[in-house]
Amino acid sequence: MTVTVAGTLGSQGHSFLTPGGVEIVFVLVGLAVLGAALLTVTTKQLVHAALWLVVALGGLAIEYLLLTAEFIAWVQVLIYLGSVVVLVLFGLMLTKAPIGASPDADSGNRWIALGVAVVAAATLVTLVVDAFRSTWIDLVPGSGSTKANGVMLFRYWVLPFEALSVLLLAALVGAVVISRRHREER
Amino acid sequence: MHLVYPAVLAVLLFCVGLYGVLARRNSVLVLMSVELMLNAVNLNLVAFDAWLRDTLHAGQALTLFTITIAAAEIGLGLAIVLMVFRTHGTADIDRLRTLSQDNDTGESVDEDSMAAATDNPGKTASADVPQGKATVG
Repeated sequence: MTVTVAGTLGSQGHSFLTPGGVEIVFVLVGLAVLGAALLTVTTKQLVHAALWLVVALGGLAIEYLLLTAEFIAWVQVLIYLGSVVVLVLFGLMLTKAPIGASPDADSGNRWIALGVAVVAAATLVTLVVDAFRSTWIDLVPGSGSTKANGVMLFRYWVLPFEALSVLLLAALVGAVVISRRHREER
Repeated sequence: MHLVYPAVLAVLLFCVGLYGVLARRNSVLVLMSVELMLNAVNLNLVAFDAWLRDTLHAGQALTLFTITIAAAEIGLGLAIVLMVFRTHGTADIDRLRTLSQDNDTGESVDEDSMAAATDNPGKTASADVPQGKATVG
């Protein structure tokens, strides 16, 4: 078993012991993303959670760049960092979130939540590492460029794309209708 | 690049988001944790697209679709949270117990306070919902 795995690894010219520069950068940025995500879900200051979310999502954009998905990376920067985080900050502001540290940011069942998350992480990490132990990505530069994405999006994925625009329109109208202040309520 | 790196990062990010969804009290923070989970799925999609080198680029197309749906989801979710905050005066998830079933503990208190707080808006909302649906349709 190990001989065959080593044989396939050796035949492809990869090794665990000599990570390339891309892998080192990926792991370092991944550690930053994980730390920012942990701070997002554990910090007591609600506005700081949104700002740590910016760090986590921006780091994920770098990870997309390292996986040669350039267009996805810029869409991530535009939509997540540009609009979603601003929406979240507006939501925190309009629900009168306290400025300083709020001691009741976590609910009472946080230890159960921690147990569930740790068990899920252990199970999934074991499964994923066992499944993809000898799998390597051959990164092809340019496979996620704007041109490639546009060609495949408007050649093969036109119908889902248009349906998605209708969904966005429905979500827009729905958000306006829900958040409209009714006249007699005022 | 080893496929295990992005896959493990996505798994850990998903579990961090899972902890946030279960442990946070403010509903806006719960929505932020949901965003973390969606981003973990996006990372998986991009990594497996780069691994399989699909001719249709299904992974990257689905990533774009997921990002769009996440934007729609956070817009609608925040609108609902704002409406709940206006009618109930709080955005904390574990205080919104109107639909809970334990009758002996908090039913009478909840019933009275919620009825007093939301009697009129409930009527107006129920009167306005069909109109809103007609507008959308």
